[in-house]
Amino acid sequence: MAADGGAGLVLALLVVVPPFLPPYFLEILISMMLFGYLGAAWNILGGYAGQFSFGHAAYFGIGAYTSTLLFLRLGITPWLGMVAGGALAAAFGLFAGYLSFRYGLRGPYFSLVTLAFAEMLRVVAVNSKAVGASLGLVIPTRTPAPGDFVFAGKLPYYYVILAMAVGAVWITRRLETSKLGYSLRAIRENEDAAEAAGVDALGMKLRAMALSSFLTALGGTFYAQYFAYIDPTITFGPAVSIQGMLQAIVGGAGTALGPLLGSFVLTPISELSRAAIRGRAGVDVMLYGLVLMLVISFLPHGLMGALPRRPRRPQP
Amino acid sequence: MTGDLLLQAAVSGFLLGGVYGLVAGGLSLIFGVLRIINFAHGAVMMLAMYATYWLFTLLGVDPYLSILITGPAFFAFGMLVQRIVIEPNRFAAEHNQLLLTLGLALFLENLALVLWQGDFRTVRPAYAAASFVLADALVEVPRLIACAGAVVMALALFAFLRHTDVGKAIRALSEEPEGAMLMGIDVRRIRAVAFGIGAACVAVAGALVAPFFYVAPDVGESFNIVAFVVVVLGGMGNFVGALAGGFIVGLAESLGATLLPGSLKQLVVFALFVLVLLFRPAGLFGGGHGR
Repeated sequence: MAADGGAGLVLALLVVVPPFLPPYFLEILISMMLFGYLGAAWNILGGYAGQFSFGHAAYFGIGAYTSTLLFLRLGITPWLGMVAGGALAAAFGLFAGYLSFRYGLRGPYFSLVTLAFAEMLRVVAVNSKAVGASLGLVIPTRTPAPGDFVFAGKLPYYYVILAMAVGAVWITRRLETSKLGYSLRAIRENEDAAEAAGVDALGMKLRAMALSSFLTALGGTFYAQYFAYIDPTITFGPAVSIQGMLQAIVGGAGTALGPLLGSFVLTPISELSRAAIRGRAGVDVMLYGLVLMLVISFLPHGLMGALPRRPRRPQP
Repeated sequence: MTGDLLLQAAVSGFLLGGVYGLVAGGLSLIFGVLRIINFAHGAVMMLAMYATYWLFTLLGVDPYLSILITGPAFFAFGMLVQRIVIEPNRFAAEHNQLLLTLGLALFLENLALVLWQGDFRTVRPAYAAASFVLADALVEVPRLIACAGAVVMALALFAFLRHTDVGKAIRALSEEPEGAMLMGIDVRRIRAVAFGIGAACVAVAGALVAPFFYVAPDVGESFNIVAFVVVVLGGMGNFVGALAGGFIVGLAESLGATLLPGSLKQLVVFALFVLVLLFRPAGLFGGGHGR
């Protein structure tokens, strides 16, 4: 397929070119990949299952805090902490998801309850001295130690998040042709009809929730290691939830490459506007708001939906 | 923890609850007619608070008097926003409409941040500190006026919805959109009017709280969240339920603030929200459109 060829070429460039880029561009590329990755993780639940979570910051924050606390308090390498954070986030996702889905919360009601869960975690983190309260946590040792997820320079971080983003797309591709993927799309289109056709809607939605929250938490650990500092507002605040969601919506929710495409377009807009209008906070988010309104109004299926349609391969 | 403190918290919370009721009433009205949860409701309130602030600071207009300007101005602003942003997308998927208002909220909030920075500003007329003692509790006059004003505005709106043609059309549209259209109601106009009324509600609420609150780009967020809780509690689309829900949430929030340390008081509001969403999605007073 042409799109796959294009994606392959872009991937090759993304692997080969960055070592020759100045640090500023590398920083932008890392943000681009991180937001694209978060979008891909959100997309599994929001795009494929049609369950619009407004509270994915909950899982991002759990991932960031779990790996950081395990490292700071017990000396456990963040590589392991990352998996632990993912597992904890998936457990919390299953808990929140079970409650919401079990009680039949759909559409905007689901969005609101996920927002409330994330905000509750933020308030708890702000008020817990054990996790640094509102001051947050700093990862002090910055001597490069790849085994502890601490690298010299930005380039290795870039390759880590590139691999994570590629992995997320690969998982999404696999999902698309799996029973879970078909079930999720059936639920998205018409949940009652899907259930009538024998789809276990609750079980399938919970699986999507667990996968989506697990992946989001890994992004949280990456963030903590890359910036070496986390606090409740950065990790549990609504901004994180909106970031991930926005990439997927703008790029095309429910498509494997949409979130990355969204991030390739949005991140430069944000960086350029910030550079162009210095000293005025908020310009980038203001533009995000504008782009979101424009995309919903004129490209309801995102940028992917605006690409020229190619004939569909017959499905086996 | 003494009883005095609790009584004091109950009085302050109850008085703010009236304002919550008005904010939520506007949100509920918009939901009833347009079937969208307006994420930008708090952002519009924030803009109205800035309007109150600038009228007071630059022209010396009393915040309560400024309602005569901001009320109609924000009614028009709401109608305009509905026409330009919401109406063209009225057939869009439910979640896309939600995202539309989220985009609007992000845009307005950060526009304020760009224009006026994040500084906390205050509107403090001469009577801002006035208070009196009633049965051992200190009653702050601006809070009392805010509550009374909000209740009066809410009751006036209620009467408007009951007894005027436009009001009846709004109720008809929220109960039976297709029937309303068949009866010859200009649904396009009514949708814009409903959004305008919602904006006017928060404009009035914003002016009423200005003498004892602060003004900042994110000031609307907390009101927005509270309004969601109140509306869910009172039943989506249930105007009177919203007013009652406002008092309940105002009380719960301030009692929580007295009993819990730090900023854990916010937990009370969110916990209430989740519990109501899970167990009473149609609201305590029914009449809503839960699920």
